[in-house]
Amino acid sequence: MTAALASRTAGATRPQVLRPDRPKHTRAGLVLRYSLLGLMFVLLVGPFLWQFSTSLKGADESIYTASPIPTNPTIDNYRTVAETIPVFRYIGNSLVVATASAVLNVILGSMAGYALARLPFRGRTLADLTFLATIIIPFEVIMVSVFLTMRSIGLVDTLAGVILPAAASGLSIILMRTAFLGLPRELEEAAKLDGANAWQRYRRIAMPSVKGTLSVVAIFAFVFAGDDFLWPLVILKNPDNYTLTVGIQYLSGTFSANQRVIAAGTMIAVIPLLALFFSMQRWFFRGVGEGGIKG
Amino acid sequence: MNRRLRLAPWLFLAPALVVAVVFHVWPFLNTVVLSFTDASALGGGSFVGGENYVRLAQDPHFWLATRNTVLYVAVVVPLLVLLPLLLAVLVQPQIRGIGFFRSVFYSPVVASMVVVGLIWTWMLASDGIVNQVLEAARIIDAPLPFLTDSTLLLVSCMLVTVWKGLGYYMVVYLAALGNVSSEYHEAAQVDGANAARRFWSVTVPGVRPTMFLVGLLSAIAAMKVFAEVYVMSYGTAGPGGEARTLVYTIREVGLGLGGQIGYASAMSLALFVLTIGFSAGYLRAQRAEAR
Repeated sequence: MTAALASRTAGATRPQVLRPDRPKHTRAGLVLRYSLLGLMFVLLVGPFLWQFSTSLKGADESIYTASPIPTNPTIDNYRTVAETIPVFRYIGNSLVVATASAVLNVILGSMAGYALARLPFRGRTLADLTFLATIIIPFEVIMVSVFLTMRSIGLVDTLAGVILPAAASGLSIILMRTAFLGLPRELEEAAKLDGANAWQRYRRIAMPSVKGTLSVVAIFAFVFAGDDFLWPLVILKNPDNYTLTVGIQYLSGTFSANQRVIAAGTMIAVIPLLALFFSMQRWFFRGVGEGGIKG
Repeated sequence: MNRRLRLAPWLFLAPALVVAVVFHVWPFLNTVVLSFTDASALGGGSFVGGENYVRLAQDPHFWLATRNTVLYVAVVVPLLVLLPLLLAVLVQPQIRGIGFFRSVFYSPVVASMVVVGLIWTWMLASDGIVNQVLEAARIIDAPLPFLTDSTLLLVSCMLVTVWKGLGYYMVVYLAALGNVSSEYHEAAQVDGANAARRFWSVTVPGVRPTMFLVGLLSAIAAMKVFAEVYVMSYGTAGPGGEARTLVYTIREVGLGLGGQIGYASAMSLALFVLTIGFSAGYLRAQRAEAR
């Protein structure tokens, strides 16, 4: 009985937006559910709040007491962070890396995706295999060798060296190819008859129709590049060139004894991201409900 | 005109192909070649046959790193397959305020691993809040060395990986749960199945393909674990580097002072074989199961 049910359920792929699995909620069930939600809130958000509280405590206040509310909130620790490391420069570097990565993935990914989806050419298998390789081979496996390549073209210790390896990820190309394949062919065929060349069809007809996918590609690339730690740590030598993730780690190395300052540093790194996310969360979860991030 | 037509697709592909070839395909081929040489940061690079692989087989650091990495996957993956599903079921119903909970549960995903690692480094310090709470509750008498004992350090890193991954896979599961018809739940409820029973016999079978996907994604990510271990040990991988993982060791050997590039390349390929071998075996198991 269970097995039969299982196979039937697995086959059911009705596209339904997030909706309650049971229409009726008993009072006891609701109390239990909200208690569990509260517990998870403490476990998942508590550490951020604790860190935030530590960052506001002055030198004369103990940070070991479990009192989460600072008696004398101060921004001294934030000031110390800014005096110790060029934190705004690091934020700028991270913004440059993340933005460049987003723009490059959008441009290179859409161009390659368009060619794979719409343009006839020989050697398709070769192109497919090349892009597949970027997905199958974990970057960590080739990291040492990529470092050598960067050294030979003089990009060690530059932001360009941080950006380039992820400038056209396989995921971006696949997402764009799928989006272009989903467009009706008719409009482009008509434009072709009117004498539009491949570039014009890509730029004027196809691109404006896939804005949703373009934004997904841009966001994925931006977040991935902004969060990356290992590769910038490997390729950036001069502390002036650090991105924010490497810079905050560097701060924790120099200030390992002062938790208040490290806490302030992590808050500087995380608050803008959280603010950005919460301002866009409605849109984000709608995208999820529509199957935007479907497995 | 005709020639331009045949050239056009390659012009579209060229920029992405250049990136893929220069920064992925070529370095991979280079890694294979270098693994048979004695190349180092200082030069060299003469062919030494399988010497690096023989050395790998006898290197206790390599085996320790492999053991820790495999252990990492074995602990983290089951937790990341099951816990986010429970969380998704918890936040699925459209009850009042649920949007707020869904968003805040996603916050650890938004923060970078360095930030999350440093937050937990402070929480788990010997005088940190976790030890204080455990001591106050009389669960322990003395602070636990979460960060200074290599086994506990590895466990702490696993905990952080799971903590940060919960929200991400919760969202993946939410999308899948939307496709499980509520009629099955209602039918099961009429039959008198309780919540736990409905979870195992309706929800789990309904999202089974997604569970497989989450398992694969979290396993591949766990094999490449680095930032957690590096950040939470201040770059040392614990006392004597006992909590080292494969990626940690590859970076240390290949990119540290006097980087032993040839040897690190052999180690990199061992990681590649582990990742690909696992993925292939996993997908085969899934196909066998689906049949």
